[in-house]
Amino acid sequence: MSTGIDKTGIKIGMWLFLYSEIILFGGLFVLYAAYFYKYPEFFSEGGKELNRVIGAVNTVVLLVSSFTVAASITAVQRKAKKQAIGLLIFSIFCGVVFLVNKYFEWGAKFHHDIYPNSETLVSGEVGLNIFFGLYYVITGLHGLHVIIGMILLSISLVLVMAGKVTESKYSMLENAGLYWHLVDLIWIFVFPLFYLVL
Amino acid sequence: MIKTESFYDTPAPAGLTGIKAWLLTHDHKRLALMYMWAILFWFVIAMMFGLLLRTELMSQGRTIMGPEVYNSLFTLHGVIMIFLFVIPAIPAIFGNFFLPIQLGTDDVFFPRLNLFSWYLFMFGGVFALISLFTGEGFPDTGWTFYVPFSVEANSNVSVTVMAAFILGMSSMLTGLNFITTFHRMRDKNMGLMQIPLFTWSLYATAWVQILATPVISITLVLVVVERLFSIGLFEPDKGGDPILYQHLFWMYSHPAVYIMILPGMGVISEIIPVFSRKSIFGYKAIVWSSMGIAVAGSLVWAHHMYTSGMSDVSVFVFSLLTFLVAIPSAVKVFSWIATMHKGSIEMTPPLLLALIFIYLFSVGGLTGLVLGAVGTDIHVHDTHFVVSHFHFVMFGGTGFAFFAALHFWWPKMFGIMYEFKNAYIGAVLTAIGFLFHYVPMFILGLQGMPRRYYDYLPKYETGNFLAGFGGYLLCLGILIMFVNLFMSFKRRIPAPSDPWGATTLEWTVPSPPPVHNFVKKPQIKEFPYDFSEVGKREKNGEKARKIL
Repeated sequence: MSTGIDKTGIKIGMWLFLYSEIILFGGLFVLYAAYFYKYPEFFSEGGKELNRVIGAVNTVVLLVSSFTVAASITAVQRKAKKQAIGLLIFSIFCGVVFLVNKYFEWGAKFHHDIYPNSETLVSGEVGLNIFFGLYYVITGLHGLHVIIGMILLSISLVLVMAGKVTESKYSMLENAGLYWHLVDLIWIFVFPLFYLVL
Repeated sequence: MIKTESFYDTPAPAGLTGIKAWLLTHDHKRLALMYMWAILFWFVIAMMFGLLLRTELMSQGRTIMGPEVYNSLFTLHGVIMIFLFVIPAIPAIFGNFFLPIQLGTDDVFFPRLNLFSWYLFMFGGVFALISLFTGEGFPDTGWTFYVPFSVEANSNVSVTVMAAFILGMSSMLTGLNFITTFHRMRDKNMGLMQIPLFTWSLYATAWVQILATPVISITLVLVVVERLFSIGLFEPDKGGDPILYQHLFWMYSHPAVYIMILPGMGVISEIIPVFSRKSIFGYKAIVWSSMGIAVAGSLVWAHHMYTSGMSDVSVFVFSLLTFLVAIPSAVKVFSWIATMHKGSIEMTPPLLLALIFIYLFSVGGLTGLVLGAVGTDIHVHDTHFVVSHFHFVMFGGTGFAFFAALHFWWPKMFGIMYEFKNAYIGAVLTAIGFLFHYVPMFILGLQGMPRRYYDYLPKYETGNFLAGFGGYLLCLGILIMFVNLFMSFKRRIPAPSDPWGATTLEWTVPSPPPVHNFVKKPQIKEFPYDFSEVGKREKNGEKARKIL
């Protein structure tokens, strides 16, 4: 009965889904707020132990990749297929860089015996245990979202290459891009909450 | 009328045959039916568990099972009833089937996502089954999965929790689909205040689903994470706070009770005007009360936690907010009653079930105020009073609304009529059994019998015996009701497109509807509950259906 594709409708669906993702992280931020109120000094102490340089680099990496994803959509609209492919590959590469950084960051912490249920955390101050517990849960879940985002971008990339995503039909790419922006946005909150605590 | 092929004969997408025409379908009507069989299966299983529980409690000491099995059974009864029956029942079956038709369109906005939701639902169910037969035995935490027990228990909690997670996802995606359909697929001539109330209630429900479900998702994920890595986020020894778990859990699970009841209220708002032959009283008030319940209901979660040791200020605030939710619910009840006032009432099984709903739901709602008030709640907290209260709302409310919806829309979904007499017998028996079953629990609770206990003092024996007896009556009533419905497949008395004299769009299309729902362009009425034409038809001596 309906004729053509209702792009607005597809976007509404995607926004609703993104909204639910924000609430998902919202639950964790509620925990963060409650425990921050309970253990402010340990949150500050724990935050100083995190590597701010890697955190800042990762923030920049994600922001840049968000821009390139948005640019790839514009490229598709302008029928510049090669450019769109290049931009998408770069964005996925940024995702890889982010995860590699995260890997080294987590690895270093593991090396210092700071991981869930480790000897240092269990026998140390409870406030620090909670801080690092939340750190691992939130950045872990965020990392999972980065991976999902990369998968979505890769699917879009394949579709662009196959000519299934065109200037008149690019909802898949646009939604993958929206998802990637969400991943970015959540990191924008995670970064100051953990790395820049006073 | 032109003969049309029903959706049973036309696969969608075209070209699919046999079982594939069902398993790969995008048709919202076929999906609704597939949900129906799965949900009925779970309903019967959980009902049998409930009956076994009450049989155990009928006499003191060990009757038919040991305490471990008892703990597992009440957990499974709760988990299955909540996540696999009460939450999905009305939206997934009747919502899927009738929301697009009531909006005058041919399908939901994301048909493939709809299929995916069904697979998630089945997958979640399979996970729940797996959790029973693997690991260290049945989960026995209660459906609330409270920490620290859920983290420390040896039983197979992780898999059960994951099942609930997947089911939550399924219900959320259905909600997402409904909201988008509501906004984008509605017939261009249908304004917001011309939408049938059932669809409005589903819309309000869908918002709660999207607003609240992710919170339970993350909470359940945390339970699994704690079990795997023992971080200690809810463990006092490690700096965590178990009460925070309860906050997170009820932040979803209280709004979830409105996910459960709102669609039921929508069903009743459809049935009452049809059999009163009178426009619904307070259409706008009902719409706004649905949205009001959705908003206010999201802000009352901590009334489950008065005795948990949270601050007195929170207790006071949440008690106040809880009382506020009673207002929109009462608006609906009064509107239904006012609709019937001076109406031309025609008794049918759906109407009888709807009336039972109003009565039982009101009792459930009013006893909810007993629990919402802090002083009385401290006395009856975690007793059988609570058990009885939420069964009055969930079973007496949503359960009976579900039965009413089955009887109301059965002719439309299958194109056949059922026997009225047996339906009445079944409904009355179920209601009587229900009262025998749950009223003693109110008294037991006031006398101080805790919930979830395997054994009790001698003074509670009479009440427990009566409750068990009522349980058997209740199940017998439901059995009669279902057998009667299923017998209609054998008798095959064809139903006309509008057997009740109803006015909403689903009654203008053939029974069962064709694959694209509408044979000709839907005529949108200025007001969805305008019975003037039905009245004219009946004055001319035209009876909509043969009296059965």
